[in-house]
Amino acid sequence: MLYREAGQFKTTYKSDSQIFPILQDRIGMALLLLVAVIGVPLFASEYWLNAILIPFLIFSLAALGLNFLTGYAGQLSLGSAAFMAVGAYATYNFQLRIEGIPFILSFILGGLSAAAVGILFGLPSLRIKGFYLAVATLAAQFFVVWCLTKFPWFSNNSSSGVISAQTLSLFGFAFDTPVSKYLLVLVIVAGLALLGKNLARSSTGRAWMAVRDMDVAAEVIGIPLMKTKLMAFAISSFYCGIAGALYAYCYLGSVEPDGFSLDLSFKILFMVIIGGVGSILGNFLGAAFILLLPIFLDIILPFISQLFHLPIPNSVVSHIQLMVFGSLIIFFLIVEPHGLARLWQITKEKLRLWPFPH
Amino acid sequence: MKRIKTSILGAFFAVIALLCNTYPLLAQAEDQFIAIPSFRVGPYGQNGQAFYGGFIDYLSYVNIKDGGVNGVKFSWEECETEYNNAKGVECYERLKGKSGISKGTAIHVMSTGISYSILDKTQADKVPLIMMGYGRTDAVDGSVFPYAFPLVTTYQMQASAIVKFLSQKNGGSLAGKKIVYLYHDSAYGKEPIVALEAESKINHFKLTEIPVAHPGNEQGAQWLKIREENPDYVIFWGWGVMNQTALKAAQKVGFPRDKIIGSWWAGSEEDVIPAGDAAKGYMSATWNVSGKSVPVIADIEKVVYGAGKGNFSDKAKIGTVLYNRGVSAAIVTVEATRLAQNKYGKGKPVTGEQMRWAFENLNITDAQLKSLGATGLLPEIKTSCENHEGSGKIKIQQWDGTKWVVISDWIEGNKALIHPLFKASARDYAKEKNITPACLKN
Amino acid sequence: MQFFIEIVISGILSGLMYSLVALGFVLIFKASGVLNFAQGAMVYAAALAVVGFIDYGMPMWLAIIAAFIFMVIVGILTEKFVLGKLVNQPPITLFMATIGLSFFLDGLSPILFGSEVRPINLGIVDEPIQAMMDLTGIGISKLDLFSSGIIILLVILLALLFQFTKVGRALRAVADDHQAALSLGIPLENIWAIVWAIAGFVALVAGLLWGSRNGVQYALSLTALKALPVLILGGFTSVPGAIVGGIIIGVSEKLAEIYIPPVMQDAFGGNFGGIEGWFPYIFALLFLLVRPEGLFGEKHIDRV
Repeated sequence: MLYREAGQFKTTYKSDSQIFPILQDRIGMALLLLVAVIGVPLFASEYWLNAILIPFLIFSLAALGLNFLTGYAGQLSLGSAAFMAVGAYATYNFQLRIEGIPFILSFILGGLSAAAVGILFGLPSLRIKGFYLAVATLAAQFFVVWCLTKFPWFSNNSSSGVISAQTLSLFGFAFDTPVSKYLLVLVIVAGLALLGKNLARSSTGRAWMAVRDMDVAAEVIGIPLMKTKLMAFAISSFYCGIAGALYAYCYLGSVEPDGFSLDLSFKILFMVIIGGVGSILGNFLGAAFILLLPIFLDIILPFISQLFHLPIPNSVVSHIQLMVFGSLIIFFLIVEPHGLARLWQITKEKLRLWPFPH
Repeated sequence: MKRIKTSILGAFFAVIALLCNTYPLLAQAEDQFIAIPSFRVGPYGQNGQAFYGGFIDYLSYVNIKDGGVNGVKFSWEECETEYNNAKGVECYERLKGKSGISKGTAIHVMSTGISYSILDKTQADKVPLIMMGYGRTDAVDGSVFPYAFPLVTTYQMQASAIVKFLSQKNGGSLAGKKIVYLYHDSAYGKEPIVALEAESKINHFKLTEIPVAHPGNEQGAQWLKIREENPDYVIFWGWGVMNQTALKAAQKVGFPRDKIIGSWWAGSEEDVIPAGDAAKGYMSATWNVSGKSVPVIADIEKVVYGAGKGNFSDKAKIGTVLYNRGVSAAIVTVEATRLAQNKYGKGKPVTGEQMRWAFENLNITDAQLKSLGATGLLPEIKTSCENHEGSGKIKIQQWDGTKWVVISDWIEGNKALIHPLFKASARDYAKEKNITPACLKN
Repeated sequence: MQFFIEIVISGILSGLMYSLVALGFVLIFKASGVLNFAQGAMVYAAALAVVGFIDYGMPMWLAIIAAFIFMVIVGILTEKFVLGKLVNQPPITLFMATIGLSFFLDGLSPILFGSEVRPINLGIVDEPIQAMMDLTGIGISKLDLFSSGIIILLVILLALLFQFTKVGRALRAVADDHQAALSLGIPLENIWAIVWAIAGFVALVAGLLWGSRNGVQYALSLTALKALPVLILGGFTSVPGAIVGGIIIGVSEKLAEIYIPPVMQDAFGGNFGGIEGWFPYIFALLFLLVRPEGLFGEKHIDRV
């Protein structure tokens, strides 16, 4: 009833190929942005800003990066945390060593450094496929973290390898309150997500999908394999690098190389799979799910144990969290292998017919 | 199947919506709320369980026996960080809002990584971050880090004290000796290198540094190298599985374990028992003794577990090194609370800023420890703005196969050598962050 | 020279330990095409089961049998509830499902069997053989030799199983081609359950040997990460590949840890050690560039 596209005619190619062709979608998106930019800073508590919304946006960006590589281009990668680390440390070094550099530029340079490392570790993808490639990206993961720990130059000769992010400021305005950090991250992530959506719809995105589906056939019709695959690695690492820089500057404040461990890579991969491979919205949904689930379990399990008067010791609660997390992953993969994005698509399709059943 | 899907998803998002409305849950207005971001699972879960069990047991003990501090009882809430930095931040943010007054009172996270991540946040939120035996060591300088307290001793002071012990063992001089430093290749393992290199120059011993890649469950190559080097001593900075593996690997190559001396995070029952016979003779640093012969530990068992309010369902961990260490951390927190109340008003909960003042003006004497029944759990601690460490002393203990036996008296690290290193590093940090170093007065 | 021989021997012995974990991967991948990331968690669960049952009062031999039954049950349930529901999904989905399974097992095992770190005492002390030490000055640990013997015995047993028993032939048929095996009347799901049970047995042996080396604790779960380079080198589908790959990785890892850092230190200064974490992976990666399927893996034929 509400979600009809009857009466919405497109008269130009441009209006037909826009990202949100249906008016209700555009209104919905505008409302969402309004809430995100104005509503949230007004009403959200510091806990929500610092511990939920900022990491949600940052992880969505990292998941977006990995989605380009794994979802669109079909190159399974387990090293995304390493590229985040490169981005964080590179940004720190540019900010530190070049006097007066605007921080946006250091972010971009940090992302480009991550892209360069990504291309380096993407070279094997020209010869190796599938799980072998996944294990090869693990090499990137371990090697990069080792490099950052080993060479004191990266952490400005600190004895422990930890870097403390500098305060970000633009024209004298310092981004040091939760609200300002949130807005900065929101603007960057929204911009890059828009860029990403267009990238996925462009010929680059189509080339990636061709390579994913059958790379021999793609080569036959003239898609340059090396360029396409390396471009996927480069862009994916760029996004992960920016996410890593935001992680260090706007979320944690201090990072060490061990904080970008294999666990984080797996977490991002989960977000991509659960959110939906090959979908931009899926990254946000997946990030929300993976981020909120442990918190949800943290709160609900003691509540349940109190309700049923079961004296569950604290360590068992934590173990149960792990079990529930694992079984929910399996449950999701069984029930909806295309991820949450597919569920959203189904919802929209049902909404078009509502209140009629078919 | 679809119904189940939708209903689970619906329930999930409903609870998230509920979350919005239930925050912040206010603690009882008259309680001193302590935020405890803890870890009880994962590779270090055992260590966390022992430490936080001891910590919480002592708080229950104070509540039951004395009714709190001047009538103000302690309340607390734990949050599982899984030893993960991001989760630690989330736990801290969630817990600090649970009491408007104390903001968590004093935060013990038992993890160097997490303490680095929340250092700036605790400073902005004005609640003291207590890093007893770990964490950011240049926070010794309180003029740059007013809200961070690396109490008792830091890694560098500990390393320096261990060198002093070894020197004492060799008639006062280590000249010409060979010492290998076997360390976990992380921030934790790399911290003391600066101090050890300085010490090796002064004491004229040869220092060889051998790192072990995380997690350290494969050390064959390193120990073959050590056997090749044939040092007089091995200073061991391990954590988690690296500890047992090292002891077993030493046994494998036939290196005598009584020449190995570990840091205090490599010297607990969880580390030596799994190594079995291989651990006999191994030494480690500590600031607290183990065992139930300490009066307050025995009393905790009687009072708290007698009333059925103990944190463990199985009492085997009471009296272990890490349990007692948790008790010692709680003792420091409670005494700081008492000090703060004495200054700012007895009988009501204290704020984070007031606790900060208390931690910066601690003066825990041996007499005070004796009256608490805690002799042997802590050295004397006297803090000030220039010295957030307060002590710098350790003891050495040795594993005899069934228990840890203290084999030395209090040994203080070389403060004249080490503290200037901290000051220099803190000044660099202050320059980077544009902070003017100044001691807070309140 | 003697030092070099010692390192090589130590590398061979620890490499065989990696092969043991890799064997479990190979078995499952060969039969069902699933890269079972939960193998590490299975090693941990099996070892915990043994010490857990010992804590409940059973003698060692009974605890081992009880742990084996536990692993068989885990295998059957996994096949029924996880893999059975995910038939025909792309390999990455199955891989992710096994990661979810590893979380599940990592949470379940400590609840059932306790999470304290406990040693496993197989009766053999982890000390160098005195006679060999006196004769040649080379130290070989008794426990390491015993473990290698067990591993070789296990590989021989598995080879015999595959060659000479009906079940073994069925397993090989399923590994070759699912459709053809089905058409011959081989019950696919039963076979998968059997494979998981055998992999569980391998995990149990691995858990016992690794557990007696380092104690039974959470880090056993991470042995999977040590086995992945072995798999790449040897090929995902080959049992002899797992053994050979394991030996190569073990030896190269140790040699690299000892001999590369001093060279780099002389050239660049600073401390270059701790490369064992990434060296096997980079080594395997470089090897893959030359031979993309590993030493003994099946050649991947692309059909357009």
